[in-house]
Amino acid sequence: MSNTTKGHRLIWVGVVLLIILRQDSWFWNDATLVLGILPIGLAWQIGISIAAAILWYIAALIAWPADRLPPLPPSRDEQTEVSP
Amino acid sequence: MNHPGLPQLLVIVVYLALLLALALLSNRWLRGTKADYQLASHSIGPVLLLLSLFGTTMTGFALVGSSGEAFRSGVGVYGLLASSSGIIHSLCFFTIGLRVWGLARRHGYSTQIAFFRDRLESDRIGLLLFPVLVGLSIPYVLVGIISAGGIVQQLTAGLWVDGPLGFASPGPHQGGVPPWLGAGTICGVVLIYVFFGGMRGTAWANALQTLLFMILGVVTFVLIVNQLGGQPTLLANMQRLGGELAPEMSTREGMSQSHFFMYLLIPLSVGMFPHVFQHWLTAKRASTFKLPIIAHPIFILIVWLPCVLLGAWATTPLLADAVAQAWQAKGFEGPPPAIPTNPNYILPYMVKTLTPSILGGFLAAGILAAIMSSLDSQFLCLGTIFNNDIVMHYRGEQNVSDAQQVYWTRGFVIAVVGLCYGIYLLTQAHAASVFALGVWCFSGFAALFPVVFAALYWKRLSKAGAYCGIAAAILSWVFLFYQAWRQPEGGIGDYSLSLTLGDQTHELMPVVVMFASALVATIAVSLVTPPPSPATIDKFFDER
Repeated sequence: MSNTTKGHRLIWVGVVLLIILRQDSWFWNDATLVLGILPIGLAWQIGISIAAAILWYIAALIAWPADRLPPLPPSRDEQTEVSP
Repeated sequence: MNHPGLPQLLVIVVYLALLLALALLSNRWLRGTKADYQLASHSIGPVLLLLSLFGTTMTGFALVGSSGEAFRSGVGVYGLLASSSGIIHSLCFFTIGLRVWGLARRHGYSTQIAFFRDRLESDRIGLLLFPVLVGLSIPYVLVGIISAGGIVQQLTAGLWVDGPLGFASPGPHQGGVPPWLGAGTICGVVLIYVFFGGMRGTAWANALQTLLFMILGVVTFVLIVNQLGGQPTLLANMQRLGGELAPEMSTREGMSQSHFFMYLLIPLSVGMFPHVFQHWLTAKRASTFKLPIIAHPIFILIVWLPCVLLGAWATTPLLADAVAQAWQAKGFEGPPPAIPTNPNYILPYMVKTLTPSILGGFLAAGILAAIMSSLDSQFLCLGTIFNNDIVMHYRGEQNVSDAQQVYWTRGFVIAVVGLCYGIYLLTQAHAASVFALGVWCFSGFAALFPVVFAALYWKRLSKAGAYCGIAAAILSWVFLFYQAWRQPEGGIGDYSLSLTLGDQTHELMPVVVMFASALVATIAVSLVTPPPSPATIDKFFDER
């Protein structure tokens, strides 16, 4: 198994984990305020957004699928002349 | 300059003029090729791709819809669509966008329909997909038109209280630019800069507008929070507002956990948005996608969080007092406008009443920027698919002159925008919840997701399977939307289906039924019909 394939699987595990963590039934009816400002359920969801960005950063490092694509020729419509 | 609504109007007019100037400027850089007009010659770098993709996916729904829904049901709306979109949008860019970009560059596709025609070995798939994509784009365009018309009217209220043609219509917006004029002007400006600037102009305009609405969004948040809280520091104001929030608005008490989970399907719509597809193809190279994929969840956070907090905090008793004080401080006579009951209007209401007039105009421009940065891509894309997949495809490139292409493409886009504008004026669409309409539109596109995913990752997907999947998605959408529309009570956003298993009844969102219909039809029919030819499988799966 290549490193990219392993990385791909890791990212899919991360996505599933984030989806599970997003369903935060434990904070559903909790009105506790974080720093006296943010309801704790909202603060958790903000954490999910930040975790998603970190996951996609890791994906760019270890599971970039384009690594497996061959070099690309120029697209065929680039030379077609037309007025806008 | 202290006349109500005048500073806001002037800033909006100047902003629209600047956008037109930008389009004319970018027109000077156009290379005169079709690839440049439609796809900016695949020259867009990571920062511009991030800004244009983000601006395209964030529409009036993200500002007006999110704040309105938070005003209606509390902060839970962030988890419904913002955190889920952070995961799913980037997943779509990663699994669909990147792969589509590689295939499109290799085989020269400019539109989704061209890709599906080749992948499914079916010329007629275009005749099914074209009306489906255009039809589902109509509620999306409507979301922008409703938001634009409402915002311009709200923010210019008091401008011409006894004016003709709708200016004088009674209500809290009396004297504001009537929606037919505000929305019509915004559509006209976007049409002009799309026609002049093409994809390059649209990407530039999107980038400018995305930066504008993100920066001004944060400024709006700070200004309004400081007015609402009445405390000396921003932190103290936020703490006061947080403390005033009712428990039902700060938790998800009234929200079904199953509904919350089902909302995960909605962001899959970006995998099939035709205008997002077209933006993907503008990328210079595969690595260009890295920044948009990583930064997208954070950008969503930056835009959605202030809107959701403002919408929820607007339900506290502090709003009425803050508005009364600000109204007096501005020197306006009479009582301030009443707090709107239509959730669509809560954000512009706060901008209008709680921020200084000139700054309010800039903030209005920021909100309009978010709306226009989606409308432009939709207009450009509608024109591109009509030109490439209908006119050129069926009449032949050699039989259509440049002038004819321009004529037909612009005519088609104007007809679609005119249709949306007509629906807006002649029906009760203006009263529809932007959030609910947006969710219905996204549900339709999300239901098509199984087809595009299978086309890219499942060799066994057959022509018949894709036809049935698309048909199942759109037929279930039409049927369910009709049911939602004709229900005697509640809006289209309140409609759900019931599934009884044993002695338990579960509520299902329409998107689940649509998605499942398309998924089952695609897989089942593909398995019992002939697979694609080996040549096609080699062409699309050769790198694995």
